[in-house]
Amino acid sequence: MNAQNAVEARNTVKAFGQGDAQVRALNDVSVEIRKGEFFTLLGPSGCGKTTLLRLIAGFEMPTSGTILLDGQDITYLPPNKRPVNTVFQSYALFPHLTVAQNIAFGLQMLDKPAAEVKSTTEKMLALVKLEAMAGRKTSQLSGGQQQRVALARALAPQPKVLLLDEPLSALDLKLRKEMQIELKRLQTETGITFVFVTHDQEEALTMSDRIGVMSAGKLQQVGTAKDIYTRPVNRFVASFIGETNFLTATTEAGGARLATGDLIEVAGTTPGQRVTVAFRPEQVRLVTAGEAGAIPATITNLVYFGTDTHCHVALNDGTEVVARLQNPSTGDAGLAIGQTLALRFAPGAAQVVED
Amino acid sequence: MSQAEQAQVSRSVRNAWYLSTPALLILLVGAVGPLMIVLVYSFLLPGKYGNVEWGFSLDGWRGILFTKDIFDDTLVLADAHLTIFWRSIKLSLLTTVFTFLVGFPTAWFIATRTPKSRPIWLFLITIPFWTNLLIRTYAINEVIRTEGLLNTILMKLGLITTPLQIIYTDVAVFIGMVYVYLPLMVLPLFAAIDRFDMRLLEAGYDLYASRLQVLRRIILPIVKPGLIAGSILVFVPSLGAYVTPRVLGGGKQMMIGNFIELQFGQGRNWPLGAALSMLLLIVVTIALLVYVRYANREDANV
Ligand SMILES: Nc1ncnc2c1ncn2[C@@H]1O[C@H](COP(=O)(O)OP(=O)(O)OP(=O)(O)O)[C@@H](O)[C@H]1O
Ligand SMILES: [Mg+2]
Repeated sequence: MNAQNAVEARNTVKAFGQGDAQVRALNDVSVEIRKGEFFTLLGPSGCGKTTLLRLIAGFEMPTSGTILLDGQDITYLPPNKRPVNTVFQSYALFPHLTVAQNIAFGLQMLDKPAAEVKSTTEKMLALVKLEAMAGRKTSQLSGGQQQRVALARALAPQPKVLLLDEPLSALDLKLRKEMQIELKRLQTETGITFVFVTHDQEEALTMSDRIGVMSAGKLQQVGTAKDIYTRPVNRFVASFIGETNFLTATTEAGGARLATGDLIEVAGTTPGQRVTVAFRPEQVRLVTAGEAGAIPATITNLVYFGTDTHCHVALNDGTEVVARLQNPSTGDAGLAIGQTLALRFAPGAAQVVED
Repeated sequence: MSQAEQAQVSRSVRNAWYLSTPALLILLVGAVGPLMIVLVYSFLLPGKYGNVEWGFSLDGWRGILFTKDIFDDTLVLADAHLTIFWRSIKLSLLTTVFTFLVGFPTAWFIATRTPKSRPIWLFLITIPFWTNLLIRTYAINEVIRTEGLLNTILMKLGLITTPLQIIYTDVAVFIGMVYVYLPLMVLPLFAAIDRFDMRLLEAGYDLYASRLQVLRRIILPIVKPGLIAGSILVFVPSLGAYVTPRVLGGGKQMMIGNFIELQFGQGRNWPLGAALSMLLLIVVTIALLVYVRYANREDANV
């Protein structure tokens, strides 16, 4: 056990249903979330993100495994006994209470003295910039304002961990960007550990200290945005985060040989294995055909994206690869569909990933 | 507002009035008319063999609280009347509270069933309405009377040696009224709970509320409109109940309804009966106004 961990899940399994209809929403998930960090759970719909969050909040009990908070086993503690608060996707604001009463609710339930409830509520209203709305019913607020109330309500009791389940998914793009900055600011100001759930990779990459990538009830990889982007452990992570090219190859001394017969430089492999080699579109350089050590290819499509162009090329065996080229500031890159050329990788760009 | 707009508005207002004419006529003939007759009768003199004699008198209203002493014609407080009023109010309040205590869990149970089985439960709740009230009340009578089902079973089981005297007591009237009016509490409560967002429960627990606090601070305030509607639907007819106290309370455990009937029948005092009816109407109206006002006030300072 590590004293630096705010939350820890150990070998948690959560199964719903019985027999054949049984779904393993979480299949042996272990994760350590450090104190004061902005941790994001990222994964496609149905991968178990909400389930993991609900186990930490106490709304569900795991089928097996342990949940620790600050090193204490809280697996079977009811939610109202856990110093953990949730920002619900639906906000779940109390419709019969005003904004201020919503924010004060948790403090009142904790039997804080009236003066403290009042001062903390005011502080929270200021923190989310809703002082002017204190006396309003929550139904009279816009979506973004409701979102802020939900945040303030969950932050007011100063939980050890704040859980946020896709809190921004109901907002339009502009508001969403604003709230992302706002959330990050609140996290830095309060120093509270945030566990944030999203299926938006860009949101995850820009906001998080560390990201846990989930798929099919399993945690695939945990690391910083950079770790995950540059060193994905498997094909799922590589394809889910950013765009990636995959090629199958057989390892040999000094690299991996493609079906086309070309050799790609990859590190740390044992010879004689079939592997998947992954590399990012921006790590490919296009050079003139026939250059030594480069892989011959033909341009099949060009897609213009403003600052850069996505250049789809076919290798000799027909495999498609995408290269991203920055557009030169003057003129065009002089590429045309049907043109033959060759690919080259930045050193260390190509890596072997598990399937 | 332009002239055309004004014309448009006044036309739609006029149309609305035309369309409501049938309803207004029914209200006028069916409700206001008879009520006016009752009001006028309450200020007239009683006829010898029932009915009324024309001539203004406050005796009807005075008779609510006082009776003439048979010896010297002085007015004395009518204890018997007060007992009847008190019994009516007490039993109606108890019925309202008890139907809520039983009806709330019932309504919650139904509202939390799967959408598929919910109509079946609601259907079961409405089944009693299919049978005449009098027959249902006699059925209750059959259960609780001295040689009835309940006593027979309890005696056979050896739990009691002499039959329980329930029939013709306040308890019998209470049991009967709870049975009769329970669906009227359950249905509006169900409608309110059905609209309740169950996710608020998790939000409550998440914010450190205990189960009791979630009930008191979140569920009850939100389903309050259903609770108010249910209480009104139970309290008002309970206060004027006639059949139930008649059948289960016997001749003795009278409620206001029976007392009024008595004035129009054997009592041959129509003005008193009319005054009592008006009093019942006034009391119910005031009680409702106070109750609704109070319920809404509480809402504001939770
Ligand atoms: N109460 C439940 N009963 C049965 N199955 C459930 C229940 N809750 C979740 N599941 C199943 O568990 C799996 C994971 O669900 P979960 O809600 O954790 O996904 P998620 O990652 O949050 O997805 P999303 O991004 O769509 O919210 C899904 O297959 C879901 O159908
Ligand atoms: Mg989810």
